[in-house]
Amino acid sequence: MSITVDPIITILPPLLAIPFIVFFGERYRNLREASIIVAACILFSFNFFLYQQFLEGALLQSEKFTFFNGLTLFLKAEPIGIIFGLLASFLWIVTTIYSIGYMRGHNEAHQTRFYTCFAIAIACVMAAAYSGNLLTLFVAYEAITLSTYPLVTHAGHAKAKRAGRIYIGVLMGGSIFLLMPALIVTWWLTGTTDFVAGGVFNEVNISPLFVTLLLCLMVFGTGKAALMPFHGWLPNAMVAPTPVSALLHAVAVVKTGVFLIIKIVVYIFGFDLIAQTNAAEILLYFAAGTILLSSFIALKKDNLKARLAYSTIGQLAYIVLAALIANARAIEGAALHIVSHAFGKITLFFCAGAIMVASHKTLVSELAGLGRKMPYTFAAFFIAAISIIGLPPLVGVLSKFVIIEGIIDSQYDWLIIVLIISSLLNIAYLLPIPFTAFFKEAPIDSVGANTHSVIKEAPTACLIAISITATGCLVLFFQIEPIVHLLSFIETASNTGE
Amino acid sequence: MFFNNHFSVLLVVLPLMAAPICVILRSSKASWLVALISNLVIVLLSLSLLSHVINGNVVRYELGGWAAPTGIEYYIDGINAILISVVSIISLATLVYSKQSIRKEIAQPRHYLFYAGWLLCLTGLLGILITGDAFNVFVFLEISSLSMYMLIALGRERRQALVAAFRYLILGSIGASFILLGIGFLYAATGTLNMSDIAERLPLVNGSRTVIVGFSFITIGLLIKTAMFPVFSWLPNAYQFAPSAVSSFLAGTATKVSLYIFLRFFYHVFGTDYSFGNLLLGNILLPLAVVGFFVMSVVAVFQTDIRRVLAYSSIAQIGYIFAAISMATEQGLTAGIIHIINHAFIKTALFISVGCILYRYGTANINQLGGIMKSMPWTCAAFIIAGLSLIGVPLTAGFVSKWYLISAAIDSGWWLIAAMILMSSLMAIIYIGRIVEVFCFKNSEAEGVAKVKEAPFSMLLPLWFLIIVSVYTGINGDVVVDLAKFSATQLLDNLPGLNNPVGNPL
Amino acid sequence: MVEWLAFYNDWAVIVIMMAGFYIMIARYNLVKKIIGLSIFQTGIFYFYVGLGKVDNGTAPIFLEPKVIDESAANVASGIAEQTILYSNPLPHVLILTAIVVGVATMALGLALIVRIYEKYGSIEEDDIQAIDSQFICQLDDKK
Repeated sequence: MSITVDPIITILPPLLAIPFIVFFGERYRNLREASIIVAACILFSFNFFLYQQFLEGALLQSEKFTFFNGLTLFLKAEPIGIIFGLLASFLWIVTTIYSIGYMRGHNEAHQTRFYTCFAIAIACVMAAAYSGNLLTLFVAYEAITLSTYPLVTHAGHAKAKRAGRIYIGVLMGGSIFLLMPALIVTWWLTGTTDFVAGGVFNEVNISPLFVTLLLCLMVFGTGKAALMPFHGWLPNAMVAPTPVSALLHAVAVVKTGVFLIIKIVVYIFGFDLIAQTNAAEILLYFAAGTILLSSFIALKKDNLKARLAYSTIGQLAYIVLAALIANARAIEGAALHIVSHAFGKITLFFCAGAIMVASHKTLVSELAGLGRKMPYTFAAFFIAAISIIGLPPLVGVLSKFVIIEGIIDSQYDWLIIVLIISSLLNIAYLLPIPFTAFFKEAPIDSVGANTHSVIKEAPTACLIAISITATGCLVLFFQIEPIVHLLSFIETASNTGE
Repeated sequence: MFFNNHFSVLLVVLPLMAAPICVILRSSKASWLVALISNLVIVLLSLSLLSHVINGNVVRYELGGWAAPTGIEYYIDGINAILISVVSIISLATLVYSKQSIRKEIAQPRHYLFYAGWLLCLTGLLGILITGDAFNVFVFLEISSLSMYMLIALGRERRQALVAAFRYLILGSIGASFILLGIGFLYAATGTLNMSDIAERLPLVNGSRTVIVGFSFITIGLLIKTAMFPVFSWLPNAYQFAPSAVSSFLAGTATKVSLYIFLRFFYHVFGTDYSFGNLLLGNILLPLAVVGFFVMSVVAVFQTDIRRVLAYSSIAQIGYIFAAISMATEQGLTAGIIHIINHAFIKTALFISVGCILYRYGTANINQLGGIMKSMPWTCAAFIIAGLSLIGVPLTAGFVSKWYLISAAIDSGWWLIAAMILMSSLMAIIYIGRIVEVFCFKNSEAEGVAKVKEAPFSMLLPLWFLIIVSVYTGINGDVVVDLAKFSATQLLDNLPGLNNPVGNPL
Repeated sequence: MVEWLAFYNDWAVIVIMMAGFYIMIARYNLVKKIIGLSIFQTGIFYFYVGLGKVDNGTAPIFLEPKVIDESAANVASGIAEQTILYSNPLPHVLILTAIVVGVATMALGLALIVRIYEKYGSIEEDDIQAIDSQFICQLDDKK
């Protein structure tokens, strides 16, 4: 326990990359993008370093910065945060590679601004991942909202403006209206916002109804978790460039939301309090409802990105549901699902973007026959879809399995049915996409020529990124052990590690 | 810091002497310089005063060597030392800013009058803050108000500015007259005008109808002067049509100083127990405050002129402050004082940034400013940061305010009020977000605005100074919080009176 | 009834103040508004003057001891013969200041009215409002 490492090292690389990004600008765009990849690699290695240090038992904590009135801001690494940090930094590397292909292939404007905001968002995500108390997490959460706003409205047209309005309205409005008072009440009751194993409310006497209200405020206030009815921003945010949708709106931003929920369940409320007061029950209905409803909506969406967005909402609800069941197994499942869904969904989004760059097609119904022109893309799409659905030998099955184990441990057995129905619906809305692409004949135009004749496979940079993440889905199935091992370190009152 | 008891009187004498010098000089540049230098000295004096008072000292200065209560006494403790510093710093910042901004708004030959009026107004504001004599408050209030009417009348849209100034004159004079009448009743009841003396003698005539009548007149007069919810009608026009430097100055200081009079009278002179315990002032103010901040936030959403948005937002913020101080708890009072300080900086910064836009584009109409972020990035960035602060996003000063406001409401058990404050914050997201969206994106492809230069450095400098102050106080919130806590406890405890200079704990 | 009348000066204050207040609210003419304000303030001046007045008190001027006012009240109260009953000078001094302020306010108000008349060609408030709203409409039309 002698070594102390400050997790702030993970915030610095993306911030330090910004001067380079701005300096190189449009003129030296190769250098600009190279500097991002370097920063991303450094960031990943730092995260990996933290991971190793954690296993060796080092204390991973920054100095406490006094905010006001005894409130502090500080960073502290713990297992779920490390997993989240590793995940986000690894996928940043991949996404940057992908962006190079996508942004150039699509001739997007303001690329420097895009990369700058992206780097800031990543820095904020790191701060969120390693936040040592709820206040720090809240600050990072708001910072993520603000730094991703320019990315959502990147295109600048009326639709993007509208999406940006909803984005800020739901995310910032929700957090200020619901999350902030919950935070203040927590502080007012307990005098702390720190994450404490087993929860902070042990000392105070509060009624079950109050706990339920507080939990509802926090969960609904976390708009990023996209629990219905606070999900509307996510499909709208899909007007952003695909790399943003892929990394931020399938991984970093939304995962910050569910990460926050996991953290409050484990470290603010504690399993015992939630079990005693039955506070989570009403929210479980919301989560289950979100899972089913979003799947049905996804079935009806013809726009590929919109369909994926609703799929994301459903998958996030899995994690929220697992977190709210509040037992050790379910939390493990939630953390694993963060990882497995991240790899699966980012691949799907990458594919959607690749299809858009290569063929300018955005609707599912237009994809017929495209599989033969873009075999790699659709193969990857197929793999990722299988992972999301939860079939072996892909990582998705593991996390679903653990979540179901967690459900069996709990008193809410009926949730298994929800999960099964949802998996069937996943099949129904995901698998037709690659099948249409591969097995349906391409439409013939008036001259009798194949309309897809001019379409080529996506840019190489995109393909590299897609293959990395798709392989990730496969590799993680066999190499999940390190993550599970790390998760066994989660300290809870009921289960104090191994 | 070096401190001398005479510093307190210099705060008033210096601008008062500088004003006629400006008139004699008759040159735009020279009078600006005179104003600037005297203001700079005032800032230094006020900081020295603050560092002296914050150790728990109370400065009492006998004017002309006549001992109180016969003579006029200047009386400075925590709350007014803080506000003196805030007002003088804001005045300095806006004065730096005014040099460029009034070029386009006021004819060159009148500049010296502008600065003379400015200095008189500053004299009045500082005088109100500094004096320990009730009648003196009225005199200084009128000095600041009269010069303020004159400054407003100099506005860019000459016609509307004149009418706005006239309306403010009528309402402001009614308010001041009510205060005068109230002070008269207090004098009739106690036979003294020294505020600490009145505070000591009032318990002897407790419950007397004269005192209650005086109390009511002062309350109503102050509500008009602070632009509290039902009697705010002078404020939007005055803020919109005044020269931009004046509205920045006005927004940061005028209503805040009136709020100070309020705090001084009801917490110190009448005493917390009497005002809020016997006469239930809180029960009257709180509903008004809550309706005020909520309705005004909604109204702000529907304005097209940015200055008007900010003006209605100001009235809403005054509602917050009144809600906080009418709780009459230490938490609430602290929250109110924090918000007085933070909002002074934030709102001034917002008005200055709008002034910069006015300077280049000649309009503050939200419909004609699509996509100006490109031309004026620094100004717009400042506006966005200050706007976020107004909303109460973490790491800005506004967050500290909101945190305290809400925890004070929860602490008093007023959950509904806390919820209303949050609802009104949502409105702030809308009215600020709406403006920011216009700044960032063009309205339509056809109607782009002309490319202009960024605002001059001398306008950006004070703007960013205020932004840095408000961000710094947001990150290191303890600076403001400690000051506010100190002065709140001082106001709530029995303050040192005339006959027991040490003060006795209740 | 007699007790009521004993406060005749306060009644006068109330009547004068309310008259002024009514004029300010009810009249649209700006000059009349200023007149109303002036009357309103005069009411307050009377109040202060009344406040300082002591029954049978003389003007607060220092007099030689010989020329004492030997009124019955003084003898009866047993105060030494040399005391003189003054009116309280302080409120009167105060109100001198307030009168000056009032004059300044009126001067500024009238100056503003002169300017307003130059710009609008009217000193009727509803005319001014009509002109302003017309102006705004024209601006909207231009767009």
